[in-house]
Amino acid sequence: MKIAIASGKGGTGKTTLSTNLASYIAESRICVLSDLDVEEPNSGLFIKAELIHKEDKFKMIPEWEKSKCELCGNCQAVCNFNAVLKMGKMIMVFPELCHGCYACSELCPTDSLPMKQKKMGELKSYKNGNLNFIESKLIIGEEQAVPLIKQTIAYVDDNFGEDVIKIFDSPPGTSCPVIEATRDADFVILVTEPTPFGLHDLKLAVETVKQMRIPFGVVINRHGIGNDSVELYCKEENIAIITTIPNDRLIAETYSQGKLLYPTIPSVKEAVISISEYIENINSQKEGETK
Amino acid sequence: MKIVFTAKGTDMDAAMDPRFGRTEYFVIFDEDSKSVDSFDNRAIEGEAHGAGPKTAQKLGELGAEVLITGNGPGGNAATVLKTMGTEVLVGAGDMTVTEAYDAYKAGSLKKV
Repeated sequence: MKIAIASGKGGTGKTTLSTNLASYIAESRICVLSDLDVEEPNSGLFIKAELIHKEDKFKMIPEWEKSKCELCGNCQAVCNFNAVLKMGKMIMVFPELCHGCYACSELCPTDSLPMKQKKMGELKSYKNGNLNFIESKLIIGEEQAVPLIKQTIAYVDDNFGEDVIKIFDSPPGTSCPVIEATRDADFVILVTEPTPFGLHDLKLAVETVKQMRIPFGVVINRHGIGNDSVELYCKEENIAIITTIPNDRLIAETYSQGKLLYPTIPSVKEAVISISEYIENINSQKEGETK
Repeated sequence: MKIVFTAKGTDMDAAMDPRFGRTEYFVIFDEDSKSVDSFDNRAIEGEAHGAGPKTAQKLGELGAEVLITGNGPGGNAATVLKTMGTEVLVGAGDMTVTEAYDAYKAGSLKKV
């Protein structure tokens, strides 16, 4: 069972919810938390666990070999990202623009663009009791988040069975990295806040997950600020509001100390329990369908 | 010598476009023949990635020896321009093309 925590707007509480939810679930069963915001992972700030595995992650990019090249320009014509350019008598490759699709390499008539490994980031796996925490981080200067997100999900799939609850802390926004982080999810939780900004970006996120045909629900964080426009929107669109988390100074203080919230703040514990029950419900429905 | 300006229009009175990769037009001034030409670069809007190197490549095709722009090219475009040996001058983003040319002649633009 894969649950992606996404938002549209940044700073609404994806990591807060992911870390608290995963830690709560891990009190009673095996749970995986994976931080897929590989450009700026921060779930690790709240998880105390032991590092058990570390590996470098690579992407494949073409490297020009001059000797056989006939300068036909086919590589440049097939690249959608301007990562390969023919400049006079040479072929220039821009590794940061390359999406690793192999088109230039495979379609080169003289095999002059063999694919070579390039390190793009690092994956770390931590464990504390039932909680497994998998975090990937891009190296400085690397622009492409998607290949690392894809490989991180593959690592989680390879190491944990279908029956394990997997929580994916997704990047903000609605662009490619978010699509990659949520596309395989069985359910997406969209965290928002009851403000005009929150509503604006929630709508974009809702359109995105609808297009991907993934079931989803909304959690309203910092409930009590702003206005009721998010609630009205969800009601009009028949979108489930799974729970709300109140706006509370104590939450901000505890968060700023890098501590989990639910052990000491009852309103957060209540919210986490209701989300967990909601997930269990979907999970048993899903298992019912497969049987 | 061919001097190319990133511009928001097609003649010497046009305002400079401070952007390089996504400039709307190039104004091309040939110092020898004193002729003014332009290139419409607006198709670059359709490129989600790699606008810089693509525009730099176009500059090479136009035979530019000097580029005068505003903010300056990014890393990938700069690599292409360096390979071509194009002289790059920046800081003319708020001028018209004529003013940028005068500033270039006066030596008051920054070389990169």
